[in-house]
Amino acid sequence: MLPSLEGRVGDGCKSSSSKGQVTYTPLNLSSRGDLISNNKKAVKQDMFNSVYDVIIVGAGHAGSEAAAAAANMGSKTLLITMNLQNIAQMSCNPAMGGIAKGQIVREIDALGGYSGIVSDKSAIQFKMLNKSKGPAMWSPRVQSDRMRFAEEWRMLLEQTENLDFYQEMVSGLIVENGKIAGVKTSLGLEVRAKSVVLTNGTFLNGLIHIGEKQFGGGRAGERAATGITEELVELGFESGRMKTGTPPRVDGRSLDYSKMIVQPGDDNPEKFSYSNITSSLTEQRDCHMTYTSPEVHELLKEGFDRSPMFNGRIKSIGPRYCPSIEDKINRFADKDRHQIYVEPEGWDTVEMYVNGFSTSLPEDVQYKALKSVAGFENVKFFRPGYAIEYDYFPPTQLRHTLETKLVDGLFFAGQINGTTGYEEAASQGLMAGINASLKVQEKDEFILKRDEAYIGVLVDDLITKGTEEPYRMFTSRAEYRTLLRQDNADFRLTPKGHEIGLAKDDRLQRMEQKLKKSESLITFYKKTSVKPEEINPVLEENNSSTIKQPDKIFKIYSRPNINLEDILKINDAKTFIEENKLDSEVLEQAEIQVKYAGYINKEKNNADKLQKLENISIPENFDYSKLKSMSFEAREKLSNIKPTSVSQASRISGVSPSDISVLLVYMGR
Amino acid sequence: MLLDDTIVALATPSGAGAISVLRLSGPKAIDIASSFFKSVNNKVLKDQKTHTIHLGHIVENDRIIDQVLASIFKGPNSYTGEDVIEVSCHGSPYIQQEIIQLFLRNGCRMADAGEFTLRAFLNGKLDLSQAEAVADLIASDNEASHQIAMQQMRGGFSNEIKKLRDELLNFASLIELELDFAEEDVEFADRSQFEELLGRIETVLKRLVDSFAVGNVIKNGIPIAIVGEPNVGKSTLLNALLNEERAIVSDIAGTTRDTIEDEISIGGIGFRFIDTAGIRETKDVVESIGIQKTFEKIANAQVVVYLIDGNEIQNSEFRIQNYITEIEKIKNKYPQKPLIVITNKVDQLDKNNISNLKSQISDLLLLSAKTGQGVDDLKSKLLEFVNTGALRNNETIVTNTRHYDSLLKALEEIKKVQEGMASGLSGDLLAIDIRQALYHFGMITGEISSDDLLGNIFANFCIGK
Repeated sequence: MLPSLEGRVGDGCKSSSSKGQVTYTPLNLSSRGDLISNNKKAVKQDMFNSVYDVIIVGAGHAGSEAAAAAANMGSKTLLITMNLQNIAQMSCNPAMGGIAKGQIVREIDALGGYSGIVSDKSAIQFKMLNKSKGPAMWSPRVQSDRMRFAEEWRMLLEQTENLDFYQEMVSGLIVENGKIAGVKTSLGLEVRAKSVVLTNGTFLNGLIHIGEKQFGGGRAGERAATGITEELVELGFESGRMKTGTPPRVDGRSLDYSKMIVQPGDDNPEKFSYSNITSSLTEQRDCHMTYTSPEVHELLKEGFDRSPMFNGRIKSIGPRYCPSIEDKINRFADKDRHQIYVEPEGWDTVEMYVNGFSTSLPEDVQYKALKSVAGFENVKFFRPGYAIEYDYFPPTQLRHTLETKLVDGLFFAGQINGTTGYEEAASQGLMAGINASLKVQEKDEFILKRDEAYIGVLVDDLITKGTEEPYRMFTSRAEYRTLLRQDNADFRLTPKGHEIGLAKDDRLQRMEQKLKKSESLITFYKKTSVKPEEINPVLEENNSSTIKQPDKIFKIYSRPNINLEDILKINDAKTFIEENKLDSEVLEQAEIQVKYAGYINKEKNNADKLQKLENISIPENFDYSKLKSMSFEAREKLSNIKPTSVSQASRISGVSPSDISVLLVYMGR
Repeated sequence: MLLDDTIVALATPSGAGAISVLRLSGPKAIDIASSFFKSVNNKVLKDQKTHTIHLGHIVENDRIIDQVLASIFKGPNSYTGEDVIEVSCHGSPYIQQEIIQLFLRNGCRMADAGEFTLRAFLNGKLDLSQAEAVADLIASDNEASHQIAMQQMRGGFSNEIKKLRDELLNFASLIELELDFAEEDVEFADRSQFEELLGRIETVLKRLVDSFAVGNVIKNGIPIAIVGEPNVGKSTLLNALLNEERAIVSDIAGTTRDTIEDEISIGGIGFRFIDTAGIRETKDVVESIGIQKTFEKIANAQVVVYLIDGNEIQNSEFRIQNYITEIEKIKNKYPQKPLIVITNKVDQLDKNNISNLKSQISDLLLLSAKTGQGVDDLKSKLLEFVNTGALRNNETIVTNTRHYDSLLKALEEIKKVQEGMASGLSGDLLAIDIRQALYHFGMITGEISSDDLLGNIFANFCIGK
C-alpha cells in the first residue's frame, strides 16, 4: 500500500484510489500563466540568417545546463535537440544526487545552474545519505518524478532570456580554419555560431541491445544520431565506444510490497538548492527493497548464451561501478543474493523503476527471472531493460574549459566525454556553457581547481587521465573531500558564480548572510565559557568527562559525543541563537566547523602544499621530446595531454615521480 | 640545469695520487673521449663494446698527455643511464687538469656537484633514498656506516618503506570502497584485520624510528665523554686509543681547556671520543667554564668514561673520597647514562692500593694508558653499550634525518588512525590520517615529488659523484 499523499502540496490537486494509484495535476495554473506572460525575450535576431554566440547540441542534463548558463551569461544561445518533447529526460533511474553526486548538484546550484532547483521541484523523496559518517560524506539524494523533472527543466529554459529552441538532428559541423563556425542539420540547414557545445549523450551511433536483437537508437523509442562522429574523426579526433544499460520498468500495481522492506525518506527532509526558490518536501513517497535469490540467478543464467554481453556482440566497456545483473552474478558467483530497489517513477504514476536489475538479456529471460524475485511474483512489465552502445571521444582531447584542443570554439560535455551519471553530465554542461560564453565574450576562462569543487576534480580527471570505462564521481577521487562538502558549496562557489555573472545578487547575499551568521556563532562558541555546574550534568549524561574549571563552549562542543542538542542546554548559547534568529542551516554549519576543525585545517594545509606544484606552469607549446631523460611513455602522454601545470602532469597515468622530477628540473624549480 | 649535454669531472679526490679517474657522461661522452684516445693496438674507442677496458694514450695534436685506461659504458647500462667513459690516468694534478681542460674545450661541461648521481636519479637508475645513500657511502669511514649506506643504496630501505606503503594503500582503498559504496551491498574486509595491519605497520615504523638513534651515532660516531680530574691522563688515554698524538698532553693540570673530539673505529663501529676539562670545583673562571662544558658534553654523550688518577690516590683516603663524590655527582645528574669508571696509571699502584679501591668502587676498570694494560678491556666494554643487534641481523637502520622526520610523522599519523579506529571514527576522517601517513612514506621514497625535496638532496655531493 502506498502512503497517502493527503496534504502534500497545498495547491496541487490529487486523487488516490484504494489501489494506491495516485493521479496528480501539478502546481497552480494561474502562476504558470504569469510565467508565460512574463516570459523573457528570446534572442533578438533572425534564427537562420545570423550568427549565434553559442549553439548547444542536445538537451539532456548537460545540454540543458549549458544552454541555461550560456543564455544567463548574456550569450545569444540556440538549443538544438532531436525531439523537443524530450528535454531533460532521465534516461535511467529517477533520482538525482547520491554519494559524491549530491555534492555536485549542490555545486551546480551554488554556481547558478538549474539542476538543484529542478531536482527540488520534482522530488518525491529526500534522503541525506551517510549521515552517521563525517560531514564530507553527507550526500543528499532525491527520488524524482521523471515527468515533472523534464517538465520543470523545460519551463525554466523557456523562461530564460536569450535562449532559442529548435528541433532537428545535427548531422555535421561547420569548421573554418580550425575554428567552429556552426552546425549542419540532417535537413541541410546551416546555423552559424561562434561556439558550439556538443552534448550528444548516448545518441552518437547509438545501438540498443536486448538479447540477440539489436537496433539503432539513442534511447528506447528514440532514434540514434549519425554523422557527427564520422566528421569529428575526419577532423582528427579519436573516438571510442562505451556501453551502459538500464533495468526494466514495471507496473507498481502488480507488486507485493508486503514481501519487501520499506525505504522511507528522511524524517526532516532537506533540499538541494541554496536559494529560497524551492522548499523541502512535506510529504514523500516510499521506495522498497527486496533481494534476488539463487533461483533468480539460475533463471538468468539460462539466457547467458543469448546475452550480448557474453556472446561478444557488445564489445565496449560498461561502467564497472554500475554493473548489469548478469555481470553481477557472473563476477560475484559466490554471492547468492543482490539488492533490488523498487523506485516510484513519480507522484502520479504506477510505473516503477527496478534499480539493481539493469540487464540486456532477452526480454523473456528478464521477465521470467524477475518473476522469481520476492514481491515480483505477479509482475507486469512496462518496458524491458536494455543495453546501449554509443560513441564517445576520449576526454584527454579537451582543455580544462572542455573546449577541444583540435577545433577552436568547439566544446564537449556529458557522456560524449566518457562519463556516466546525470550529475556528472549536468556539471560538465554547466562548465562548457560558461566557458563557451566567456570565450565568445573574450573573457578569462573559468576553471575550478581540485580543492575547490568536485566539478574541478571531474574535469581535471577527465582531461588529464582520460577514462577507459564510463567515469563516475566518487568522494575518493577528491584529495580534499573534507573541504568539498555539500554544506559549503555556496561558500566555495557562489562568489565565483556571481563574478562571472551566473549566480544572481540574491544568491550571493544569502550566502554572505549565512557566512556572517555562522562565523559570529563560531566566534561566540570560542569566546564564551560555560561553568562546570551548568555543563557537568550534560557531560555526565553523554559519558563525557566533567570539567572542574569553566571551559569554552567551543572546546566542549569539539568532544565527539557532544552535539547541538547538548549545546542548546547551555543558557547563554540558547539565548544567543534565539536573539540572532539563527536558522538550522547556520547552526549546522557552525557545528561542522567546530567539530571537524582539526580535519578541515589539515586538508587545507595539504591543499596549500599541492598549490606549490600547481603554480609551476608549463608553457602550452612545451617540447617534451627534448626531455631525453624522461621515459618515452611519459613524453608521449605529456605531449598529447599538454598539462598546464607540473601538478596536473603528475596526475597523468604513466608519468612517474621521476618523470616529474625531470620536469621540475626543467621548469627551473 | 641542462641534461642533454656531456659533463666531465674528476671522480677521485683532487691532488696527487697513484691513479686518478675522470668521468664523462652524456650523449657525446664516447665521441669526445674517442677522438683523443689512441689505443695501443689502433682500435677506435667508440667502436668498442660496452663494459670493456682499453689501454692507450690521451693525445692532443700529436702531443701525448698520458698513458691511460679507458672504460666504456654505453647507456642505459651505466651509472648515470647515459653513455659514460671513465679515464684512469696517472694521479698528477697537472695531468688531471690537462685532460679535463682538453675535454672541456671539446664539448664537455664541468659537472655540477652531485650531477652524475642526479642524472642517475633522473634516468630512473636510482630512487631518492638510493641517491642519498650514494652520498652516505662516499662519506662512510667505518664498517658499520658503510654497511648501512650500502644496504640503503641497494634499495633495502626503500623496499621496506614501499612494502608498508603498498599495504597501507590497500587498507586506504578498502576504507574508500566502504565510503563510496555505502549504499551498495558490498562486503568489506573486517576491522580486526585493519587493526592487525596497523599494529604491524606501527611495529616496523617504531623499529625504524628507534634505529635512527643507532644509525645516527653509527653514521656520526658514538659520542663518549672522557671525564676526570685535570692531568688524570685523559689525553694519554685518548692517545692510547687513537694510537697517535692528537690531544695536547702536558704535565700542567688543566691544559685541556677546550674539548677535543676524535673518532676511532672499534670493532667496525665509529666512536667519537670527547675529551673534557673535568669537573673539579674551582675558582678559576676559565676552568669553571670548562666544567660547565663538561656537563654539556656528558649530556650529549652515549657513554661516560670517568678517569681516576692512580698516582694521586696512592695512600690518600681523602682523594679517594673526593673521586667517589664526583662519581656520585655524575650518577645523580645522569642516572640513565652508562658510566665506566677507570683507574688510570695502575702501573704505579701496589696490590693493597688496588684492593682498597676495588672495595670502595664497584665495577672498576684498571688501566694503564702508558703500558696499554686494560685498553682492550675498555674497548670491549664500550662495544657492550652499543646496541649492535640490528647491525648484526642486517636490519634496516635509518641514518638520514629527512627519513627519520618522515618516519616520525608517519608513525604519528598511524597512531591517530589507531586511536580513530578505537573510538569508532568515521572512515572519511580515518582516511585523512591514512593519506597523511602515505604522504610521509612517499616523501621518503620520492613517490611524491616536491621541488624543495629535490633541491636538498643533490646539494650533499661533491663534484664527480
